[in-house]
Amino acid sequence: MQKHNHVLLVLAHPDDETNLSGTLAMHIHQGTPVTYVCLTLGEMGRNMGSPIIANRVTLPMIRKKELEQSCESIGIEDLRMWGYHDKMVEFEDQALLAHRVKETIEELNPSLIITFYPGFSVHPDHEACGRAVIRAVESLPEESRPTVHAVAFSRGCEEILGPPDVINEVGEFFEQKKGSFFAHRTQFQIMVGFHNDDQELRARWSKERFWTYRFH
Amino acid sequence: MQLIDSEEVQKRLTKWQNEDLYMHQEMTTGAYASHPASTFVKNAKIRYSLGTIAGEGPYRVGLKMEDGWVYAQGLTHWDFTDNHQLILAGHDDKGRLVVCLMLSKEPF
Repeated sequence: MQKHNHVLLVLAHPDDETNLSGTLAMHIHQGTPVTYVCLTLGEMGRNMGSPIIANRVTLPMIRKKELEQSCESIGIEDLRMWGYHDKMVEFEDQALLAHRVKETIEELNPSLIITFYPGFSVHPDHEACGRAVIRAVESLPEESRPTVHAVAFSRGCEEILGPPDVINEVGEFFEQKKGSFFAHRTQFQIMVGFHNDDQELRARWSKERFWTYRFH
Repeated sequence: MQLIDSEEVQKRLTKWQNEDLYMHQEMTTGAYASHPASTFVKNAKIRYSLGTIAGEGPYRVGLKMEDGWVYAQGLTHWDFTDNHQLILAGHDDKGRLVVCLMLSKEPF
C-alpha cells in the first residue's frame, strides 16, 4: 500500500470506523499518522447493548468511551469528536460544515482522506458527511487536492460506480480490527455475539474496499 | 392534504425561522403492531433558527433550536390551512398516519 504522510478520516458515527479499521491500522503500522474526525456521538442509536447497558441519557458518553477504546485498538492518537447531534448533520449549515473540514485539511495537509461516497452511503448523516468533505476538497486548487478514498455500500452501487479500485488486504491487522469492533459493545453485541469464531471473522474481515473519488 | 412539494415546504419553514411557534409532533405504530408504541407532544412552544426539509420523498425535517432539535422522518403529505397551520404528515402505503409534525403561531 502506498505510504502517505498523513491520513484524515472523516466519518459520522462512533463505530463507522470499524469496517475500515484494518486499513487504518495498516497506515499506522507504516508510520503514517491518522486523524479521525467523528461528527456525532451516535446518541440517537437504537442499540443499547444486549443485555441493555445504556439509556438515552447515558448513550452518548458510553459511545464516546467505546470510540476512544476502538481508536486505541487501531492505534489512532488524534481523535476529534465534533459533537454534532446524531441524525442532524444534514440540517446544519452545510457551507459552515464544509468550511470546518477545509480548515482541518489546511491544518493537517493530509495526502489521503477517507470518507463516505456521497450518493452511495445510505444514512443521511453519512451522505451529509461525504458531501461536506467533497465540497471542502473541491474548494482547494486542483493541484493541491489530496486523494479521497470513499466507502460506498448502497444497494446497486457497484453497477453505477464500477468495482472498487482500492482493495486492501488487512488480514495482518485482525487483532486491531477485532478490538475496534468489540470496543463498540452497545452496538455490535447482537451482530457479532454469535460470530466469536476467529476463523470466520478473519475470512469476513480480510479485505477492505474503497473507491477513489473522481472529481469533475 | 397533498403530496409534499419540498420547495413550498422549505419556503414556509424559512419564513418562520426565529418566530415563536406552537408545535404538535406525534408518531405511532398503530395499536395492532407487534410492539404497539406511540408518542405525541401537543402545543409545545418552540422557536428555531434553522428549519430544513431534506430528502427526495419520503422527506425529513430538522428544526435547529437554541438548545436542541426537532426531527421528523417519513413525511409524505402536507397542507397549509386557512388558519395558517403548517401540517406535515407521513402516511404508509395503506394511507394510515405514521408520523406528523405541525407548526402554528396559535395553539392547536
